Amino acid sequence: MKTRHKRIALIIGGLAVLGLVVALVLNAFQSNLVFFFSPTQVAAGEAPKGKSFRIGGLVKEGTIKREADGVTLRFVMTDTERDMIVAYKGILPDLFKEGKGAVAQGKLGEDGVFVASEVLAKHDENYMPPEATKALGDAQQRAAANKAAVEATAKTVKQ
Amino acid sequence: MDKRLINWFRFASPQAFYPLAGRMIPWFWALSAVFGIAGLYVGFLVAPTDAQQGEGYRIIFLHVPASWMSMFIYLVMAFWAGLGLAFNFRLSGMMATALAPTGALFAFLSLWTGALWGKPMWGTWWVWDARLTSELILLFLYVGFIALQSAIDDPRRADKAGAILALVGVVNIPIIYFSVKWWNTLHQGSSVSLTKSPSMAMTMLIGMLLCALACWMYAIAVALMRVRTIMLERERHTEWVREELGAKAKEQ
Amino acid sequence: MYWNSFSEFLAMGTHGIYVWGSVGVMALLMVLEPVLLVRGQKSLVARLKRQFRAEKTERSTQSQR
Repeated sequence: MKTRHKRIALIIGGLAVLGLVVALVLNAFQSNLVFFFSPTQVAAGEAPKGKSFRIGGLVKEGTIKREADGVTLRFVMTDTERDMIVAYKGILPDLFKEGKGAVAQGKLGEDGVFVASEVLAKHDENYMPPEATKALGDAQQRAAANKAAVEATAKTVKQ
Repeated sequence: MDKRLINWFRFASPQAFYPLAGRMIPWFWALSAVFGIAGLYVGFLVAPTDAQQGEGYRIIFLHVPASWMSMFIYLVMAFWAGLGLAFNFRLSGMMATALAPTGALFAFLSLWTGALWGKPMWGTWWVWDARLTSELILLFLYVGFIALQSAIDDPRRADKAGAILALVGVVNIPIIYFSVKWWNTLHQGSSVSLTKSPSMAMTMLIGMLLCALACWMYAIAVALMRVRTIMLERERHTEWVREELGAKAKEQ
Repeated sequence: MYWNSFSEFLAMGTHGIYVWGSVGVMALLMVLEPVLLVRGQKSLVARLKRQFRAEKTERSTQSQR
């Protein structure tokens, strides 16, 4: 075989390997375009049945509880419309907190409880110091209180 | 008549660009150092902690600039490659070739710093979500471009083959950028974009932009250094390389 | 200045290894790349100069004949 032929074979071989890698990655890409389903989507039957999938949403406030065995954790994930009970045994990421976003991978049991094998935290794109967050929270609270007061006054005026 | 007068694209010819690039490189290094020191000072010593993530968020000062550069360098590389394909300028193919390794470096750094950020915050080094996967494809595109070019001996044919690969791969850039909008991803949305005001505290934003500028200057300096080497290598049979290396002067 | 002590700065909360792992690798590669480029350029220039000198001596010996 001539050197030139060898080189061409090498290039074709290399491109074939590269193509295979890209195909595999694209496959992973496509099957994960819907990275997670919301509880509403699961309730509507959009999630794959009998297979492992991910659900995403907020961890509902005040719902994180340890079960009697002391290892399993139960909490409610919500997209504010629908709720879903999740059971999980394992390590939680630092940012897993009530009222914050999370993504859980696992299977939906017969009893409607989602048994997770992995729980990841999903955070938002806001970066600010704690004082700013607190100020923002206070402002929102004040705004809500003002709104309530205005509505209450409006009601009394109407009466 | 002097040939240079006919040449409209004076600096597009390697013999004119080679010394010019040599004079510009130190300036870009200086700018990169100034921006880098200022950015790291603001990011690591002045900026406050983040309410959600604590001190770990400081990886953002490396991760976001590296990711931006990995995408931006690809666009510039594809631009030069396309220009070379269309007009056959000698310089454009060399520029594309010179940019690829630096782009690959930033794509790798984006994935590396992202993994080190994802582990403590999300709870995983890696997930196959649309953002992470498309950035990995970007790294493969760079590696594929470099491998393809180095497999072909004739520089002109290497430039052509590389240009086609680079131009096809451009599709991936908007996919990376908009992936967090178009699909569900574990990766959060953009903190800084053209369409909305940034969702970061001002000090953090300044630190991040300074670091991004430093990476930008670094990329220019390094690409110019590499393009000079490529020029000498590819044009070693020409008269100007002999002149440049002082061989001609001694000869006469 | 945001930090109270140097050890606090090194600890980065609880995320020291992640932050410094990122900084370290990025700094290493961004130093390595230009160093390799300078070395590559130097060796190429040396090689070409050797080549040109060799060609010159070859030509001059030819003309002497």
